[in-house]
Amino acid sequence: MREIITDLQRWQAQGKKIAVARVVDLEGSGPRLPGASMAVSEDSQVAGSVSGGCVEGAVVVEALEVIATGQPRMVTFGYSDDEALAVGLTCGGTIHLFLEMLDW
Amino acid sequence: MAETPLFDRLATLLSNEEPVALVTVIDGPKTGAKLLVRPLSVTGSDVWEGTLGNEGLDRVAARDARGELAAGRSGVRHYGTHGEAREEEVKVFIESFAPPPQMLIFGAVDFTGALVKVAKVLGFRVTVCDARPVFATHQRFPQADEVVVDWPNRLLEKVGPSLGARDAVCVLTHDNKFDVPAVVAALATEVGYIGVMGSRRTHDNRLQRLTEAGVDQAGLDRLRSPIGLDIGARTPEETAVSIMAEIIALHTGRSMQALSATSGPIHD
Repeated sequence: MREIITDLQRWQAQGKKIAVARVVDLEGSGPRLPGASMAVSEDSQVAGSVSGGCVEGAVVVEALEVIATGQPRMVTFGYSDDEALAVGLTCGGTIHLFLEMLDW
Repeated sequence: MAETPLFDRLATLLSNEEPVALVTVIDGPKTGAKLLVRPLSVTGSDVWEGTLGNEGLDRVAARDARGELAAGRSGVRHYGTHGEAREEEVKVFIESFAPPPQMLIFGAVDFTGALVKVAKVLGFRVTVCDARPVFATHQRFPQADEVVVDWPNRLLEKVGPSLGARDAVCVLTHDNKFDVPAVVAALATEVGYIGVMGSRRTHDNRLQRLTEAGVDQAGLDRLRSPIGLDIGARTPEETAVSIMAEIIALHTGRSMQALSATSGPIHD
């Protein structure tokens, strides 16, 4: 979360609601280690990343739902083959993300 | 009186580059509950901030978090609701924020400025040291965290004990008068990387001087000299990339070859 701290502080100072997604676990080959994080503000600004760009779009959608409901959630992204339209990692790994509001 | 939010405490500790671990319940009765844990060596006693909802759980998680922090690792742990081992009711994520790795650069030369820039991009805390006050100035190395006018061996006597496997010493002076005492002093530390700049000829000559100064073969084998990977670097910036690539690869233990020439997983 270190890399996104200044963005989080700026958004907090602007009074924005924020959701933070963190990689907590990965299986197999993955681009980012546990602790990699990404934040989304209620007005859809984004800071940081949790993969090599494969799942960030889907994380924004999940994060906005976390802001809307106020409820934390775990989200898992696995391998996606080229035929499927589903969001996933092309590298063959699986990442587990924890998403929560920045209200602590 | 309202307590300072944990996030603000975390932000302050991080901006002071202090080691800290953040424990978050990611599955269990108190999902989202948090604990902020600092090393015993810093706090002096077994204290933490926040709670995971149970005292026993806090104690066990704080102990595990300190272990993860010391190892620079982040990951998931499972416990019972009172901190019991081998139970699964509570799943926590321990995120370690180890202080940034340090780089000491000896020699305030042209290559130094470029190396400072690239090392900062990679998250190092960078100190530039040179005995010549005309060259060792903040103005010349605005991105360095510290610019010290002193002899390398004297600086190492002071900060050497804090150096570890993630840290780096780069000797860019290529002048025996400066390099030999700097290398000897760096070898007395646990630093993970010691790179020494110079041509092949300078290197051969320096090996002889170092041997005369009492450095044994094991010590010579620790040196990355001439410094950097063979990528054909010429400019200070290219050389900085060559040096940083070597530092990364030495730390990860990877082959330093082109991925296109190797097979197997890209990430360990």
